[in-house]
Amino acid sequence: MFLFFKKSCVYLAAMFSSVVLLAGLSSMALAEKKDEKKKESQAAAGATLASVKKAGFLKCGVSQGLPGFSSTDAKNNWTGLDVDFCRAVAAAVFNDPTKVKFTPTSAKERFTALQSGEVDLLSRNTTWTASRDTALGFDFAGVTYYDGQGFLVPKKMKITSAKQLEGATVCVQTGTTTELNLADYFKSNNMKYKHVAFETNDEVIKAYEAGRCDAFTTDRSGLYSTRTKMKKPNDHMVLGDVISKEPLGPVVRHGDNQWGDIARWTVYVLVEAEELGVTQGNVDAQKKSTKNPVVRRLLGLDGELGNKLGLDNSWSYQVLKHVGNYAEVFERNLGMSTNLKIERGLNALWSAGGLMYAMPIR
Amino acid sequence: MKSLTHWLYDQKVRNVLIQIISLLVVFGVISVLVYNAATNIKSQGMATGFSFLQSKSGFAINQLPIHYTEDSTYFRAFLVGLVNTIIVSFLGIVTATILGFLVAIARLSQNYILNRLATAYIEILRNLPLLLLIFFFYFVVIRSLPLVRESWHISEVIFLNNRGLYLPALIHEPGSWIVVVAGIAAIILWFVYSGYVNRYQLKTGRRLAIWPVIVASMVGVAVLTLLIGTPFSWEFSKLGGFNFNGGIVVSPEFLSLYAALSCYTASFIAENVRSGILAVPKGQLEAARSLGLKRSVTLRKIVIPQAMRVIIPPMTNQYLNLTKNSSLAATIGYPELFAVFGGTVLNQTGQAVEVLAITMGVYLFLSLTTSLVMNIYNKNTLLTER
Repeated sequence: MFLFFKKSCVYLAAMFSSVVLLAGLSSMALAEKKDEKKKESQAAAGATLASVKKAGFLKCGVSQGLPGFSSTDAKNNWTGLDVDFCRAVAAAVFNDPTKVKFTPTSAKERFTALQSGEVDLLSRNTTWTASRDTALGFDFAGVTYYDGQGFLVPKKMKITSAKQLEGATVCVQTGTTTELNLADYFKSNNMKYKHVAFETNDEVIKAYEAGRCDAFTTDRSGLYSTRTKMKKPNDHMVLGDVISKEPLGPVVRHGDNQWGDIARWTVYVLVEAEELGVTQGNVDAQKKSTKNPVVRRLLGLDGELGNKLGLDNSWSYQVLKHVGNYAEVFERNLGMSTNLKIERGLNALWSAGGLMYAMPIR
Repeated sequence: MKSLTHWLYDQKVRNVLIQIISLLVVFGVISVLVYNAATNIKSQGMATGFSFLQSKSGFAINQLPIHYTEDSTYFRAFLVGLVNTIIVSFLGIVTATILGFLVAIARLSQNYILNRLATAYIEILRNLPLLLLIFFFYFVVIRSLPLVRESWHISEVIFLNNRGLYLPALIHEPGSWIVVVAGIAAIILWFVYSGYVNRYQLKTGRRLAIWPVIVASMVGVAVLTLLIGTPFSWEFSKLGGFNFNGGIVVSPEFLSLYAALSCYTASFIAENVRSGILAVPKGQLEAARSLGLKRSVTLRKIVIPQAMRVIIPPMTNQYLNLTKNSSLAATIGYPELFAVFGGTVLNQTGQAVEVLAITMGVYLFLSLTTSLVMNIYNKNTLLTER
């Protein structure tokens, strides 16, 4: 019995090692092959565009519900500034703004969703920071909304400035630059505070409304937007203080420069069109009759910009036809005609005292 | 030597062969996954490695069992999360066990109302999703408790409001270690003495009273404290600005998570305990009764020790579940490991693979440790067969 055992042990050991060797070699060969394939796809710009075209729709990461930026309306349609940017890119690629699949992501999940390829484009009020641009492996395509962090407080607290928040408890969402700015602000002003961090914005609002916190902090646009969701919006006010710079914009994966260019120049087309007075309403007429060389280049009548991006030459016309220019997108989602009533402020054109400035399209 | 085909038909060889193949498949799948993740991360230019643990965290945490500031490292933040997980799990396990035993005994009792109440408790709690319970406790707690300025209080010493439970903190002054040492010595004395009482009872059949020793030692410690001038003082919570300052704060996030985890797990433990008690042969009970043992003594000395053997293995499962379930705290803002490390740190650094690997490793370690302790305990309570 023992002898048999010993004998079979030797056999087994030999067999085991040979199988392991074989498996190891074959998996290495397989991996190498895959590696080559991967390198090809990574190096060749256009992998994302090709996969988007092949799928027939754009996978766009948006927020889980921030009125004015990305939220669903009563009929379950996505609306908002970030949503319209997704539609603009879809219009550029497909000449059809409906070819978008929206993926709602939490602040925490959003980067993993983009890194893993679950979405092609992240348009989710995401702040452009150096570490996100570098360490996370992303490229920011531009700024669609210049924001800053502020505080929402109940009116009955009779506070007028954030400097009076010494010792306050502040509610905040985890996984945001907000959390870091909050710490920086109180530290630089030598004030003490307590904070409670929740995973989703909805939990933050519920806790704030229940009086768990004295103040709620996030980007000011988010505060205005969140306030409309509250039971008694008029009991709360946004303090005047702006404690950080929050340039929000669309994000793509680092490495596919063509896709990055498409997103970047879509932003500029929206802004440039506003500057040139090209609107959703007059874009057809302009296309037919304009003699202005700048407008002709914007609409792709002259030059080969669209082709160089790997798109149809009329891509920018498609964007404006289906989505409109930046001013129209802003007014539709955030402006005076909406519940949010946000003024253009920093988001006005550079020529009107804001920061919106498109690089020359030529 | 047997021919190859013959050899392949050998049952033993086949069994081993199947095992080797499955091992290889598992190993292969894992290595492909690891390889894929590594190449993808590399090709996207994402940061890798564990050096991020030494960088400054820059964010605050609202329950700090150990020292931590915004200037501390991510590793320190990890430790804070870990300790918070251990605190809530440990307290949850203790409470769930006690509550579970009580509910189980109530469910087995002859008292109709008690019996029905216990049944209702078990059936309601174990059939609700835990996340729902946590939300329920949290929002009920913070909505039903008063605001800071309207706090409930017990003679201005203990305050309760929707920001938490405020208790006075004990401040140690020089010389306090003497009292601490004396206190520990007193507790050791109780154990030694009760051991002696048990042995004495076995030998003579007479049971000595324990309480005089307890009272005497407590008086002793109290007198000692007074003699060296009471080297303690209390720090009371005071209302200042927005919140109470000073003292000890127990956050509503902790309270509701702790309550939800304990109540939920207790309902499962209660059923385990009930099955354990019912598994004790009826003859044992009848024998105890015929010896004239009181009901409480029968329960403590005859039923529970035998029931433990049936109870321990499924109860270990419940302990592990409780520890793992504590990760749901992220939703209500209790800063445990998953919320702090798997949430905030993951997001600030973007190093999902490393952070999640560490987090999984830690939960695995915690679970295996709990298992190990319970297995050792189980071995000690096993029936020694003669």
